[in-house]
Amino acid sequence: MTDTTVAPAPESLLAAPDQATQQEIVREIEEVHAAHARAVADGTYRGGQTLYDFPPYRSSILRHPTKNPKLVDPETIELTSPAFGQRDVAAIEADLTLQHAGEPLGERMVVRGRVLDGWGRPVRQQLVEIWQANSAGRYIHKRDQHPAPLDPNFTGAGRAITDDDGWYEFTTIKPGPYPWRNHRNAWRPAHIHFSLFGSAFTQRIVTQMYFPGDPLFPLDPIYQSIPDQQDRDRLVATYDHDLTEPEFKLGYRWDIVLTGQHRTWFEPEGDHR
Amino acid sequence: MIVSTPEGQRIPATGGQTVGPFFGFGLPYEHGNEIAHPWSPGAIVLSGAVYQGDGNPIPDAMLEIWQADSDGSIPQARGSLHRDGHAFTGFGRTGTTDEGGYLFWTRNPGSVDGAAPFFAVIVFARGLPDKLHTRIYLPDDEAALAADPLLSSLTPEERATLVAVRTEDGGLRHDIHLQGEKETVFLAY
Repeated sequence: MTDTTVAPAPESLLAAPDQATQQEIVREIEEVHAAHARAVADGTYRGGQTLYDFPPYRSSILRHPTKNPKLVDPETIELTSPAFGQRDVAAIEADLTLQHAGEPLGERMVVRGRVLDGWGRPVRQQLVEIWQANSAGRYIHKRDQHPAPLDPNFTGAGRAITDDDGWYEFTTIKPGPYPWRNHRNAWRPAHIHFSLFGSAFTQRIVTQMYFPGDPLFPLDPIYQSIPDQQDRDRLVATYDHDLTEPEFKLGYRWDIVLTGQHRTWFEPEGDHR
Repeated sequence: MIVSTPEGQRIPATGGQTVGPFFGFGLPYEHGNEIAHPWSPGAIVLSGAVYQGDGNPIPDAMLEIWQADSDGSIPQARGSLHRDGHAFTGFGRTGTTDEGGYLFWTRNPGSVDGAAPFFAVIVFARGLPDKLHTRIYLPDDEAALAADPLLSSLTPEERATLVAVRTEDGGLRHDIHLQGEKETVFLAY
């Protein structure tokens, strides 16, 4: 029987017949990770946590640099950072559930954590920005064609300034997983995009926070573009029942560590094919 | 993950992830590309395009620049997100257009501590697994460029990817290539 209540995916969302299967993508991920582990073991890998050359993430194929980055001593301007402050961000921007006339649908949650430097010192009075899909897995962005409903009461973007101990906090709705066209039946695990500044421009980071126990983790070439499990674990929030408020919202903790000495090399081209 | 390491001990950093395709409603903001007000004295246009390995422009990239003021001072003013029309905060952000183009209104950065003046640049894009750092140098002071430790370590082709072209109206033109023959030199610190 045909279910006529759900609109079919638009033509543009249907995977082309020559796209890889999920199984093929998982195999590619495993191959790249195995090659990476060998490079680490024999000391030839000197790059960072995230692999720029990661073919299972298809759109990266034409968009990753093929040459090693030049190692430079940062100049004065790169050792400083733009300053943001309360003038830039209103307190209400940290509550994504209050930005419209009504309550957004979904699982209300809070994510709270500290922004630290590589020595565990708080990053004070700095900007944290987030953006995310709604509870149905739909972004408000015009390019998102996933046929899941938009929520008139949810935009999905927020900002906060860390306090003097490096703490930030956002109240939001748990985002849903959503399909994308990297390969056939590709789904992103639920995540919140985070953007942070440190005390040096070199510490700037954009990353994604995930939720514990997501069954989509092994299938997702973006999460897996970080080959080391310990590094990937750092992207996953921790459920915190003490942060959960009775009959109101679930609590997650997620700390973010910035580094000044990024020391990223790209892996030599073809090293892990 | 909750970090429980006491302060003063080394902690591994959180890894970066792609900015993805949908940052457009979260990160770019009104007047984000106007580091200097367009009608203010000394305002110039820094513009160009961002390309991928097959030469096609990237319509879903985002650039951030951070720079000294014209006198070489490091801006400390807040207010990059809510510009007041006169404070020079030194920080700008813009997404690329459908043709991969970007445009900032800004001022020429001055020399900091006698070094060749440049814009510090970070590139983000859908399909780019992590951020990329680079620089855009001003082309005017040949002696300063020749003395720059980074530029002098590069081949002429590599060097050309980091030095802007001065336009007739006094602006700057500079393209960024994430991959390919004209691949931009990216930096690690």
